[in-house]
Amino acid sequence: MPLGKTEVEYISRLAQIEVLEGDVDGVAAKLTNILDLFTQMEAADTEGVDPMAHPLDAVQRFRADVVTETDQHEKLQAIAPAAEQAHYLVPQVIE
Amino acid sequence: MHNLTIKQMSEKLHAGEITSVQLTQHYLDRIDQYDGALNAFVTITPELAISMAEEADKRLAAGEAELLTGIPVAHKDIFCTDGVKTTCSSKMLDNFIAPYDAHVVTQLKKVGMPILGKTNMDEFAMGSSSESSYYGPTKNPWDHKAVPGGSSGGAAAAVAAGLAPMATGTDTGGSIRQPAAFCGITGIKPTYGSVSRFGIIAYASSFDQAGPMTRSAEDSAWMLNAMAGFDERDSTSLEREKPDYSATLGDSLKGLKVGVPSAYFGEGLDAEVAKVVKSAIAEIEKLGAEVVEIELPNKDLAVPAYYVLAPAEASTNLSRFDGVRFGYRCDQPKNLEDLYKRSRSEGFGEEVKRRIMVGAYALSAGYYDAYYLKAQKLRRKVRDDFTKAFEQCDVIMGPVAPTSAFNIGEKSDDPISMYLADLYTIPVNLAGLPGLSVPAGFANERPVGLHIVGPYFSEPKLLNIGHQFQQVTDWHTHVPAQYK
Repeated sequence: MPLGKTEVEYISRLAQIEVLEGDVDGVAAKLTNILDLFTQMEAADTEGVDPMAHPLDAVQRFRADVVTETDQHEKLQAIAPAAEQAHYLVPQVIE
Repeated sequence: MHNLTIKQMSEKLHAGEITSVQLTQHYLDRIDQYDGALNAFVTITPELAISMAEEADKRLAAGEAELLTGIPVAHKDIFCTDGVKTTCSSKMLDNFIAPYDAHVVTQLKKVGMPILGKTNMDEFAMGSSSESSYYGPTKNPWDHKAVPGGSSGGAAAAVAAGLAPMATGTDTGGSIRQPAAFCGITGIKPTYGSVSRFGIIAYASSFDQAGPMTRSAEDSAWMLNAMAGFDERDSTSLEREKPDYSATLGDSLKGLKVGVPSAYFGEGLDAEVAKVVKSAIAEIEKLGAEVVEIELPNKDLAVPAYYVLAPAEASTNLSRFDGVRFGYRCDQPKNLEDLYKRSRSEGFGEEVKRRIMVGAYALSAGYYDAYYLKAQKLRRKVRDDFTKAFEQCDVIMGPVAPTSAFNIGEKSDDPISMYLADLYTIPVNLAGLPGLSVPAGFANERPVGLHIVGPYFSEPKLLNIGHQFQQVTDWHTHVPAQYK
């Protein structure tokens, strides 16, 4: 099923990626081709097959709840687009 | 000097015939001379390289050196390297100076391998041609009209052209093996969990796996010895004793059972590539191996399943790029949502945006079962196919890619045809198995790789087969004419 403008706008919001008005048709066409590829999966019988998340079916390893990292905020915030007094700066959220 | 084997280089370094500074400078000079046209590197780090080489020379002089001490290496630009620009070949990270080292970088620093620089790649490792790099495409050293493969295309081109003796790569759907095949070098993707993912910029975490890219299987064995091992900072790192990957290189192949899926040689495989791969398998038979016919019934479902699962993981992994904490931020954001959306649409390239959107859609309400869950079930079926096949054989052999290197621009506007370039490598990532690509000849005057896949943790066996093959063939010693 070909994607339309509504679906592209929905996906754009989910992905937090802006799609410019003039690009909508092109994006829709290429995404539709990829979704068509996915339809090949429909015919496969997966009745009774468990979904597989890890190739070796390994389970999550836990570690003791102890501090392992020291404070490095100055180093880490030195590469931020905008930071001040140990805070990241973003546009005003509340008017 | 750049056509010596790693063993010969190491012997010369240990004997004091050459110094690491001389060797490193030799490679830096070659990068300077050739990389303008090849574009294998995003960043060159001559000062770091020489200072590390000086340290290595001190260790060599003090008799405290290991086999790889003093031998320079190039890191794919996906490995965080402390104090060095680490871009993943994206505008998003064009200004990103990594604040720490990836585990693999730490490991190779400990051994004393000077860092020549960071190699070019498909943006965020999403691609099979290295054309989607923000820094422009890397060329194939065998023919500048051709792609080097991807996503570790810069690494493969650098090793093939003698601009680095060894390079690190990562393989999510074929990104070590396919460029290795296209550039005529050796590359191995280890069993998932063998090499720590800590500090590797994540694409699809349940597939991503780092490995060596070198001229020969023997060189790869030594490099993997330095790269692999448990790391508690990667939650999927396997707690398992590390084998000596070079210990069995010399074993005989007598009695080895080689599974060959005849379906892999059907429609879609270039006839010249088929000929090369078949003759390579015949060569291995001459070494005492026996060929058995096997089937992998779900092989055609691997590509669609992968292109659901990998983008789904990417859409969550890449949500960290929000224009707030690091990386690219758009100019004059109107509000927070505008900051997120414009930073991401201006910072990411087309293919990355496409995969994030596909992934977000596949995970969204109403589509999760039909796409994501279905793909995870198919992943198990693909894995079970391999498990069953390995009841009949020790390893599986076939082509790495359906063609030799294609031309730059040939597939860049057609995502689906690009995705299908990985149809032989992707099933191996879905199953998490190790896979090796070794140079096996030429088709249409461009290199072809032989793909050798084994059960979990069979890397020593794969490298043994690669090494034995390289004892009776010389494809791995061929060098592109203009880079001799």
